[in-house]
Amino acid sequence: MTVFIIRRILQSLAVVMVMSFIVFGGVNIVGDPVEMMVSDEATQEEREKVIRSMGLDKPWYVQYGRFVAGALEGNLGKSFVYGEPALEIIVHRIPATFELALAALLLAIVIGIPLGVYAGLKPDTVASKSIMAGSILGFSLPTFWVGLMFIMVFAVILGWLPSTGRGDTVPLLGIDVSFLTLDGLAHLFLPALNLALFKISLVIRLARAGTREVVHQDYIKFARAKGLRNSRIVLVHLMKNIMIPVVTVLGLEFGGLIAFSVVTETVFAWPGMGKLIIDSIQSLDRPVIVAYLMIIVLIFVIINLVVDVLYSILDPRVRLSEMKS
Amino acid sequence: MYFRKSMIAAAAGLCLTFAAGTAAQAQAITIGLGTEPTSIDPHYHNLGPNNQIAQHIFSRLMEQDHKQRLLPGLATEWKPVDDTTWEFKLRKGVKFHDGSEFNVDDVIFSMERAAAHPNAKSSFKVFSHSGGKTYERVDDYTLRVKTPEPYPLMAVDLSNVHIVSDKAKGHWEGDFNNGSQAAGTGPYKFVKWIKGEVLEFERNEDYWGKKPHWKSVVIKPIKSAPSRLAALLAGDVDFIDQVPTIDVAGLKKNDKISLSQGISNRVIYLHLDQYRDVTPFAKGPNGEEIKNPFKDVRVRKAISMAINRDLIIERVMEGIAVKAGQLLPEGFFGVSDKLKPDNYDPKAAKALLAEAGYPNGFQATLHGPNDRYINDAKIVEAVAQMLSRIGIMTTPDTMPKSVFFKRGKNGGPAKPPEFSFLLVGWGSGTGEASSPLRSLLTTYDKEKGNGSSNRGLYSSAKMEAVLNQALATVDDTKRAALLAQATEIAIGEDMGLIPLHYQVNTWAAKKGLKYLARTDERTVAYDIQPE
Repeated sequence: MTVFIIRRILQSLAVVMVMSFIVFGGVNIVGDPVEMMVSDEATQEEREKVIRSMGLDKPWYVQYGRFVAGALEGNLGKSFVYGEPALEIIVHRIPATFELALAALLLAIVIGIPLGVYAGLKPDTVASKSIMAGSILGFSLPTFWVGLMFIMVFAVILGWLPSTGRGDTVPLLGIDVSFLTLDGLAHLFLPALNLALFKISLVIRLARAGTREVVHQDYIKFARAKGLRNSRIVLVHLMKNIMIPVVTVLGLEFGGLIAFSVVTETVFAWPGMGKLIIDSIQSLDRPVIVAYLMIIVLIFVIINLVVDVLYSILDPRVRLSEMKS
Repeated sequence: MYFRKSMIAAAAGLCLTFAAGTAAQAQAITIGLGTEPTSIDPHYHNLGPNNQIAQHIFSRLMEQDHKQRLLPGLATEWKPVDDTTWEFKLRKGVKFHDGSEFNVDDVIFSMERAAAHPNAKSSFKVFSHSGGKTYERVDDYTLRVKTPEPYPLMAVDLSNVHIVSDKAKGHWEGDFNNGSQAAGTGPYKFVKWIKGEVLEFERNEDYWGKKPHWKSVVIKPIKSAPSRLAALLAGDVDFIDQVPTIDVAGLKKNDKISLSQGISNRVIYLHLDQYRDVTPFAKGPNGEEIKNPFKDVRVRKAISMAINRDLIIERVMEGIAVKAGQLLPEGFFGVSDKLKPDNYDPKAAKALLAEAGYPNGFQATLHGPNDRYINDAKIVEAVAQMLSRIGIMTTPDTMPKSVFFKRGKNGGPAKPPEFSFLLVGWGSGTGEASSPLRSLLTTYDKEKGNGSSNRGLYSSAKMEAVLNQALATVDDTKRAALLAQATEIAIGEDMGLIPLHYQVNTWAAKKGLKYLARTDERTVAYDIQPE
């Protein structure tokens, strides 16, 4: 187990190194941040001063060298736009995005698994068919459209929930969170549901497929023959076995929830990292883009590691084969 | 009986609290903005979104009203005492938000700080020091500014620099960026700013000018236009800016919403390469290399006549724009009353094109941004179609502004823009005609700072002579006439660029609020008034 984890960490470090090079190189090809930044009226002299202050007068390998040297000390450069450390700006936005992603994940599990299991156990009922049809909608409707429809229906027409923004926050262990206040929850619900929609559909499909497969297994039949209660069969024997693919996929998708909450955050003006990255890309704020991507790489690497570990706990066969190799 | 009494008392109490609630609400306004400042530091970045926030917290020597005309600010009077010296009488008894007294030292300090900010992303040096300004303290409340040459734009320039307290010495970033150091003399005091989430002000009860109506102002950045509009319709915000043109017609019918619209100082125009002999994006009718057709004034005039400005405004802009025949709309300082938008006349355009030696037209590519100006990509497509009708087979090519402005950058004759024919816009920061004339139509000159955005590399000694004369004429009437004359040469005679239309901006508020649309496109909370 330890050897396995150490090897995975070394692999991850290599991934981070390679990514830093690709990311840095990539953003340096696109556009001219100075043209985006300076006012139209700025003189050439003024432009050159800005170029120097952002270190763009140096060749790319010097810039990259500086970046790596800084990164090793935990300094990912200063935002061109805000003039403040890029890492700090992103870290400020992390709680909002994590809160949103976790809420979406929770919704996906709470709504997706029961519906999926139900559709798997009773595949021919009208309810099951409606659930499956609904999941197709969840897959195929574009997030920004659904988001706007949510706002139209629940905020503009019905007036039940606030349309945009993040609600009141309270500090929890030094981090500002909004899910502990009523206002915060009201603001959180629509964006979380919007972000979760795709994942709910995914979980429904996974849970249904898993259930359909497991329900015919010998151990389920044996459990029935032994006269176990139906609830015990479903909740213990069936659930345990369909959870493996669900956990794997959700683990990977959690990274996706964080990295690609861009659309939802933009539609709902949610002050998270996704909105920041879109703004930064539009204004070519290279240090923030690079820092953001590096953080996302780290998050993915960590999630993969955690999933692997969880996996081996849920399914002993994985652990055994990894030990041998 | 007792029960009944207490019921009445409770009801009365409820009414009271309700009334108190609405009274408090009447003093607060929530505004949804499409942009967010990059810093609260008023000298960090000369950019519309920053300046509109800064002017809530900080005052300037002269304020600009909704038409960018100068009003007394921290200076009560200003006048030239001789050809090269201006004198400013400062307001007495003004206090900064931190309690310190305002005097001439703060002004001089602010001007120096504006020019020397080490991290500025476009400093205010263009306003505080252009023309070689030097500052001189006469007494606590009198300032003199000298320039080596006569400098008529003095007051306009200085009305763009926000005044901070000289206690801010050495504070360049950090506290100043995030606002906690931000003490100005403006109508509002800074309360808090959470990037991407909320920006809050409270009224400065000791403000030297007219006390603003709103006691507290909450600004929420909502970048996505449909979401911003939805927030207004849902009642989460009271006021929004940048209403998309497509929604205006629907909102006009909504009796819960009131709109305010006004022409801006931004002209949308076409730049054409008038420098290179062979330009990369113009080819013969069969794709062969030809000499640059845009260098011929007849071709430029033909293009202008081939564009149906009315149709673009009606169909692409949903009627929300005003067609343009020069660099600034009517009513601005230094505009010409002789120049009118060219009439749509494809026949005459075709004849002119034939006369210029292109009876079969030619091929061209029109480049433009797709996320910078209102409906920019659609305008590019419409213009390309109209030109194709008279035989200039035009391919539209639009791209994100981050790419467009790099490729379309003017690096002078040595590094001309990559494009030959492009759509751009220009907002006059000074609110008068010398700004677009100097930046868009003078010969590129790095030292003088001329022609920095002259992406067509137009150059006319005749026009520049008139412009330079204007820039050295302190008398307003004479200067206005000279600027008009320079515009007539550059646009009327030479068609150095082709103006299409002036943008019109729309703000929307819940019923009962009114706003005077500003030509500088800014949203200013203290100008929002209950009807």
